[in-house]
Amino acid sequence: MTFLDYAPAPESRAVLNLRSDYGLFIDGEWRAGNGTPFQTISPATEEHIATIATASETDVDAAVAAARRAHTKVWSRMSGSDRGKYLFRIARLVQERARELAVAESLDNGKPIKESRDVDVPLVAAWFFYYAGWADKLDHAGLGANPASLGVAAQVIPWNFPLLMLAWKIAPALAAGNTVVLKPAETTPLTALLFAEIVQQADLPPGVVNIITGAGDTGAALVAHPDVDKVAFTGSTAVGRAIAKQVAGTPKKLTLELGGKAANIVFDDAPIDQAVEGIVNGIFFNQGHVCCAGSRLLVQESIHDEVVDRLKDRLSTLRLGDPLDKNTDIGAINSREQLERIRELSDIGVQEGAERWQADCAIPENGFWYAPTIFTNVSTSHRIARDEIFGPVLSVLTFRTPAEAIAKANNTPYGLSAGIWSDKGSRILAVADKLRAGVVWANTFNRFDPASPFGGYKESGYGREGGRHGLAAYLAPQGTRKAVAPPAGRPTDSGSLENATRPKRQGSPAAIKGAAK
Amino acid sequence: MTRLAVPKTYKLYIGGKFPRSESGRVYEIVSAKGAFLANAAQASRKDARDAVVAARAAVSGWSGQTSYNRGQVLYRIAELLEGRRAQFIAEIVDAEGVTTAVATTQVDTAIDRWVWYAGWADKYAQVAGNGNPVAGPYFNISVPEPTGVVAIIAPQDSSLLGLVSAVAPALVAGNTVVVVASEKLPLSAISLSEVLATSDVPGGVVNILTGSPAEIAPWLASHADVNALDLVGAGDLEWIDLQISAADTLKRVLQPENGPDAAAPSLGRITAFTETKTVWHTKGLI
Repeated sequence: MTFLDYAPAPESRAVLNLRSDYGLFIDGEWRAGNGTPFQTISPATEEHIATIATASETDVDAAVAAARRAHTKVWSRMSGSDRGKYLFRIARLVQERARELAVAESLDNGKPIKESRDVDVPLVAAWFFYYAGWADKLDHAGLGANPASLGVAAQVIPWNFPLLMLAWKIAPALAAGNTVVLKPAETTPLTALLFAEIVQQADLPPGVVNIITGAGDTGAALVAHPDVDKVAFTGSTAVGRAIAKQVAGTPKKLTLELGGKAANIVFDDAPIDQAVEGIVNGIFFNQGHVCCAGSRLLVQESIHDEVVDRLKDRLSTLRLGDPLDKNTDIGAINSREQLERIRELSDIGVQEGAERWQADCAIPENGFWYAPTIFTNVSTSHRIARDEIFGPVLSVLTFRTPAEAIAKANNTPYGLSAGIWSDKGSRILAVADKLRAGVVWANTFNRFDPASPFGGYKESGYGREGGRHGLAAYLAPQGTRKAVAPPAGRPTDSGSLENATRPKRQGSPAAIKGAAK
Repeated sequence: MTRLAVPKTYKLYIGGKFPRSESGRVYEIVSAKGAFLANAAQASRKDARDAVVAARAAVSGWSGQTSYNRGQVLYRIAELLEGRRAQFIAEIVDAEGVTTAVATTQVDTAIDRWVWYAGWADKYAQVAGNGNPVAGPYFNISVPEPTGVVAIIAPQDSSLLGLVSAVAPALVAGNTVVVVASEKLPLSAISLSEVLATSDVPGGVVNILTGSPAEIAPWLASHADVNALDLVGAGDLEWIDLQISAADTLKRVLQPENGPDAAAPSLGRITAFTETKTVWHTKGLI
């Protein structure tokens, strides 16, 4: 045992009180799903955790109908201050059950407990606390007096930050007076189901929050449901495209938070120690399962060797293993499917001529794992410099001038995030101006806050989550969403945008399948 | 002895120049009473692509101007339009068959709309952006930036006001525009391009195509170098197909509007074609 070895320090699972089977949470109560149930497993051990219901189209109908009733009869009529109090309750309940939620998240997702405990769950509580305070202040959201809620929000979230993405979706929707039907990702349904228990403990009126589980078909049915007013999706760009096509021609409002291939730009005057930590955080946080991950390192040519050497030294100290161990830095890859994709793209990197280096760490026998990986000699045309890998794989490119760095950073159809490392303030501001990305971190990376808007340019999607902008995504100015000849059997509290032409026909149903991310 | 009039040749407006359609096609524009007015250029797919190239090339210059400068340039359009009121009024009376009073109202409203939007150029970012009180030692600010190239199908029942109402807000933030004018009423759009060409608006910032929106719009909706699509005047087209096509590159899309209030002036029309950028910077220990 060297001084860098640690004895195992696993977080206790005794705090969990899981059921063997979970149903759907619709209209304030648990009910069986009509689809074929599926298993959720721990990606670190492949052991079974629980059996999860699959919502069929009938179940989706029931959930949307419950949300519609709750919106019409209760939630949209409730005072903002009361809606806010419910959200404050939820924030407090999340804080009270924080340890349990963190353990469940690490168990089901595979992320290190220190991340779920110190990042995910505290941010979940912060998100509800932040938006709780907005509920009775909607007049100040930037849409004029008395903005209206949209109605029923269909929300489909990915597996990389299961509970945090739930909070990003549900907190602003409820504060603005909408009701929601949320579908967590197939591989990570557990914390959303625990959240349903919190909703019950908070005594939220039935139907305001509905949680339905299932695979891509369930998500597709939810998004396509004609009685949905708002669609919010976080996941892959391919699925985002399919949803945008599905929603075309309807009055549904749409927010998409999709993929990324962020450039992390390191200038030669950067504080190197901090930059190395920032690069590691940028791409190895959450095993690189981060849409805004700094997956392309753009380092100024003169310091390339020094930065890469230091990175390799630092990665050699990272501990890969049991997500529930408090000393673990790198957890498990979320699924076999994702591991295959990472392996495939990484191998293509080698085939295309880039040089692969992997940290020398022991890989556990069971479960899905991928050692931290760095590619050097990468050119902009390589797949590993263009495609989102969504894993612990960093591609290193070089530049000589700021103009070249900017050109390379923007040379992607994505535009979610970027990083800049330099000690020169004027250069940081000038480069930040030129980057086509929705979030720019300067001398830091992967920071999130409920007060701070997050979202992409170009094919990283549209709309913002977080801050006042994230609230506005669930509101419409007074009078702009009036009842216009709703489809048969539909209550009349929402409808087309004012002046909007009635669609000639419904958008052709698109297959919205595949794993969300 | 009466003087023989000198009629104008109406062409396209692309990259600050006035080319004919590369296809060599024209179509006949007649007055409300059926009299021949002009042969307008009938833009092709290639013309639309040329316009997108010109618009893309103009993005960095136009968005890189100061907001104060963009405001002045937009105001300058109003100044020059004011000086040519009589020309536009006469053109609209001929084309739409309306009274002089109605045509005057349309022209005056269009001028005032330029003035209104000009004033927004150095203010909208203050209203649409904000500083964010994050829980940590970070400076954090959100600002709106232009989306890029915006393709617009102009309202089809208006010569000038509809076009101005759709184009002006897109320009405020620093976007560049490719606009397909009203098919039946395209002449004022081309006359407006003469105003734009002499108003300090850099070439390529506004590109105006005349012809068939049904023919041109699909190429703009699917073009990978177009960032946003304003379908305000596309209500009679197969616009859902256009929106589906635009989804392939995740364009920002505004759906069609009808009636005299189409593209009514609003801050929302400016921010619809902006992207919120949030910049974090570490605060050091002192």
